[in-house]
Amino acid sequence: MTDAAEPMAAEPVAAGRIRAAGGTRLGLLAPAGLAVALVALPLLALLLRADWGHVLDHLADPAVLPAIRLSLLTTTTTVVLAVVLGTPLAWLLARAQGRAAAWFRALLTVPLVLPPVVGGVALLMAWGRRGVVGGPLYEAFGVRVPFTPVAVVLAELFVAMPFYVIAVEGAMRSVDPRFEHVAATLGASPWRSFSRVALPLAVPGMAAGAALAWARALGEFGATITFAGNFAGRTQTAPLAVYVALERDPQAAVSLSLAMLVVSIVVLALLRGRWVR
Amino acid sequence: MSLDTRLCVERSTFTLDTSLAAASGEVVAVLGPNGAGKTTALHALAGLAPLSGGHVRVAGRLWEGEGTHLPPQARSTGLVAAEHLLFPHLSARDNVAFGPRSRGTSRAAARRRADDELDRLGIGDLADRRPSALSHGQAQRVALARALATDPELLLLDEPLSALDPVSRPAVRATLAHRLRAFTGVTVLVTHDPLDALTLADRLVFVEGGRVVQEGTPQEVVARPRDRYVADVVGLNLYAGEATDGEVVQTPAGPVVTAGHEHRGPSWAAFSPAAVALYLSRPEGSPRNTWPVTVAAVELAGQTARVRCTGDLDVTAEVTATSVASLRLQPGLQAWATVKASEVRAYPA
Repeated sequence: MTDAAEPMAAEPVAAGRIRAAGGTRLGLLAPAGLAVALVALPLLALLLRADWGHVLDHLADPAVLPAIRLSLLTTTTTVVLAVVLGTPLAWLLARAQGRAAAWFRALLTVPLVLPPVVGGVALLMAWGRRGVVGGPLYEAFGVRVPFTPVAVVLAELFVAMPFYVIAVEGAMRSVDPRFEHVAATLGASPWRSFSRVALPLAVPGMAAGAALAWARALGEFGATITFAGNFAGRTQTAPLAVYVALERDPQAAVSLSLAMLVVSIVVLALLRGRWVR
Repeated sequence: MSLDTRLCVERSTFTLDTSLAAASGEVVAVLGPNGAGKTTALHALAGLAPLSGGHVRVAGRLWEGEGTHLPPQARSTGLVAAEHLLFPHLSARDNVAFGPRSRGTSRAAARRRADDELDRLGIGDLADRRPSALSHGQAQRVALARALATDPELLLLDEPLSALDPVSRPAVRATLAHRLRAFTGVTVLVTHDPLDALTLADRLVFVEGGRVVQEGTPQEVVARPRDRYVADVVGLNLYAGEATDGEVVQTPAGPVVTAGHEHRGPSWAAFSPAAVALYLSRPEGSPRNTWPVTVAAVELAGQTARVRCTGDLDVTAEVTATSVASLRLQPGLQAWATVKASEVRAYPA
């Protein structure tokens, strides 16, 4: 200790520098700590205020259970559709060169940054009774899309599909194209080299993309309430039920929030080592 | 001829224009410095890179040219690169069976074929392993088995041994040589390792800047290189000049006295580095080929050393390690290089 203290006393300039370093550290620690608190505190509060004895009763409540059921049904449908439609798109984008691919990629990024409520309005303009597609659909077949469970899926797909496509495109882009060259010289058609070589190699990326898309679909609120409405048992998903329950029975809202927090953490755990380091 | 091709490919830095021909069962080695267009040539043969001109005809069938372009999967080729490129999600057996399966063989027959092919290369016991559980040498053998399992008419080997460590390389080279002897198709081997070319190939083709600079059997090329790069590869000193009489080749840097020759006119003069002697002062009663040089580099390999010297005539000498020590050979040293006339061969250019 004295060894370290002596040079400091002998060289006040150095001592000043060390104190300045300590000041810098404090200057960084304070905002960093505040940032952590701003994120962690609400989560902690949720845990503290939860009525742990009645969580399951709340989730089984006739006003809550249908919302959970609808959310599970619509998000699963959304993920299946995202995988079925998004995987070929991701593959084409991953192997495409040139302008068009760049534009499609940019287009897909829009829902990621768009306020969800704007997405809901856009969906209404497309699928509503007077919508670009919804209008003719109603006139020809009498089919109404908005304010139905189908609308819930369309809203979730709108926000979740880009997550899936962009995640999977990244995974597919990292598949060495020389594997496909070798497959071609071995006689594999482009389809066979996609399905037997590229696709299996991209499976971990697809799983991560699907989990990400599912989490995004589960949390969807703005586009859903705008485009599908908030009809209990029909278009009221779990996030909407939380919002409604907050006025009627705050404890039920907390319990439902808790359930969704747990689900989110499970998804995060699935993505660990891939997106979260 | 079973392989008959002229490959023209435009690249940003050069234009490849190379003709290759080979009979069934022959191994043609394509040698050249990095960036000479060797890999481009292989990709063009496989159909992975389009030709801007020329043609590819294999076993009498037109693969490319005259408006035809067969896609890679419609050509009968097998490709092995420096990295094994085994499909990481498949076992060794399924990797090898992939080709036969892609060409319509039943699952059981494809697996039998895979096991046979792995057995022939001495790695039948590794059939169930994933590529990640194989050593480099083993994986490269599996890659070879995979390329051969479709009985290709054209086997394309792109530096197949260059990524292997010095311990496994000779073993895989021996496996490759043994298997190629039984192979009935044409093999095109791209390499920059002269040992691969000399031990595996029936014919050597040297490519530089996209063009063939020399071709012939290994014996011909080793005995009579006709290009500085070729001479470097086979380790000879080579000079271009004019044979003015029966014992001298006049080079731009002065006369080189030879062991005697019949021809006149454009000529090569060549001698082995082992024939060169180095002295610190001009030797007394000196041989007729004596040149002042500056040592540029010394590379020790076991008991001998290669000494690259620059001067009016650039000379590579091979001397004993003892000489390196007694003469204290090091870059920058002024010395005299001598070669006996009887060691110098001349042949028409």
